[in-house]
Amino acid sequence: MNIVDYVTQQVVNAISLGSLYALIAVGLSLVFGILNLINFAHGDMMMVGAFAALLLQSVGVPFPIALVGGIAFGGLAGFVMERVAFRPVRGAPDVTMLLTSLGVTYILENLGILLFSASPRNFPLPTWLGHVYKLAAGRITFTNINVLTVVFSVLAFLFLYWFVTRTGVGLGMRATAEDLVAARLVGVRVNLVVVVAFVLASAFAGLAGMLWAAQVGVAYPLMGFTPMLKSFVAAIIGGFGSIEGALLGGYVLGALEIAIVAFLPPSVSPYRDALVFGLLIVLLLFRPGGITNVRREVKL
Amino acid sequence: MADMLALESLTVNYGPVTALKGIDLSLREGEAVALLGANGAGKSTTLRTVSGIVRPRQGTVRYRGRDISRLDPGEIVGLGVAHCPEGRRVFAGMTVMENLKLGASRRRDDADVRSDLGRMGELFPVLGERGQQRAGTLSGGEQQMLAIARALMSRPRLLLLDEPSLGLAPLLVQTIFDTLAELKREGVTLLLVEQNARVALDLVDRALVLRTGNVVASGTAEELKRDPQVVEAYLGGGR
Repeated sequence: MNIVDYVTQQVVNAISLGSLYALIAVGLSLVFGILNLINFAHGDMMMVGAFAALLLQSVGVPFPIALVGGIAFGGLAGFVMERVAFRPVRGAPDVTMLLTSLGVTYILENLGILLFSASPRNFPLPTWLGHVYKLAAGRITFTNINVLTVVFSVLAFLFLYWFVTRTGVGLGMRATAEDLVAARLVGVRVNLVVVVAFVLASAFAGLAGMLWAAQVGVAYPLMGFTPMLKSFVAAIIGGFGSIEGALLGGYVLGALEIAIVAFLPPSVSPYRDALVFGLLIVLLLFRPGGITNVRREVKL
Repeated sequence: MADMLALESLTVNYGPVTALKGIDLSLREGEAVALLGANGAGKSTTLRTVSGIVRPRQGTVRYRGRDISRLDPGEIVGLGVAHCPEGRRVFAGMTVMENLKLGASRRRDDADVRSDLGRMGELFPVLGERGQQRAGTLSGGEQQMLAIARALMSRPRLLLLDEPSLGLAPLLVQTIFDTLAELKREGVTLLLVEQNARVALDLVDRALVLRTGNVVASGTAEELKRDPQVVEAYLGGGR
């Protein structure tokens, strides 16, 4: 196997993994940018999306429609979560909101265990998704699941870009994230902006949950927690609160994790997470605003 | 006819600190009034209470006869009161054009909004030229123009301006105040907070002097320009 093929294979892996991190990180960042809320329950929207798609398929709904259903249920869960849990504590100190999100996580995860049991379930996939592409005489391989992951992530990002630059609510979202008081002064409908941010973020997480389950083959109630933490790191690497930062951070983290496994001695790969977090600390020491150098101003 | 704006014994607290101690103020339609005074006198608080960012503890804010002191800032903008805040607070990461569109957040007349966007380009040519540039890349004076233009995009009948001259070179201050004079001629009612009392008194019809939350002097601009105390405190004395 020559080195070019090996590197190309790792780039393919990194883009696939990075897309998932970016998809989750962008939602975390969107909500944080607007509310200063680190939403730990964000990862549980992955469970909602994955189980929605799983259950829809188990009652005979074809995969593409189940995929749309998973996105929709993710968005719906975000809507309910904002109304029930976060709106009542809006304007409370950041710590209150943080604890609320932890509470929501425990409730959702235990609800998931109650309804579906804690053990992993096979995530059903149509056979065409398992199709393996072999390039360079089999030295570079990827499946339709990788293709699906990248295509859907890119479509999601293009939609988000369109939304925040071309629609009134999207402009209001960016304005609110930059300066809440100024946004209220010009008449941005902040309540609507917050709801839409939760719905979009959760729909993205629902999509990520299905793609994640498709890649690992199973879904289980606690599946979202670790990816959420990793994506949180990704968002911080890029610059927390910034959409571009979250995208960039997601792909950087994906590349970093793959690179550690692929290019360092095998004895190092078990310490992959430790290395990533270590690098994060170093980055934050020298660049507290992340790669895009986000500076948060104090809000009144 | 009802006043454009009437503040009736308005009291505002920030926690234990009383920022406004029952002030009264009224503006007729088309009038320009300045609030003068030192830092912490309550000038900005007055504007922030009118625009709904701060809730009064007591008293009312009447806009065209209606009590607006319990409304959301967004609803107040929708009624025709725009607030151009201290420190400009343009959305630095967004383009000039996006900032202007945000100023029209509460409007539904899309065609008129488009023509108003063009009008802002004529009123402030520099904004027209830099529509796609990020607001954060503009100079201080250009950002102030953008902040005013953004406020105008809501088609206000009453415009609240907080320190529009802050940190600007004298020539730019003159440009900004020429524009404000133009708006006044067009019939926009102005309530202006300004440290630079000299330019403020040249623009407005009347002024009030605030000190620690109370109105301590008021009168026409001409009267205040001759008031020895005002001259001493705000116009640099012995001129």
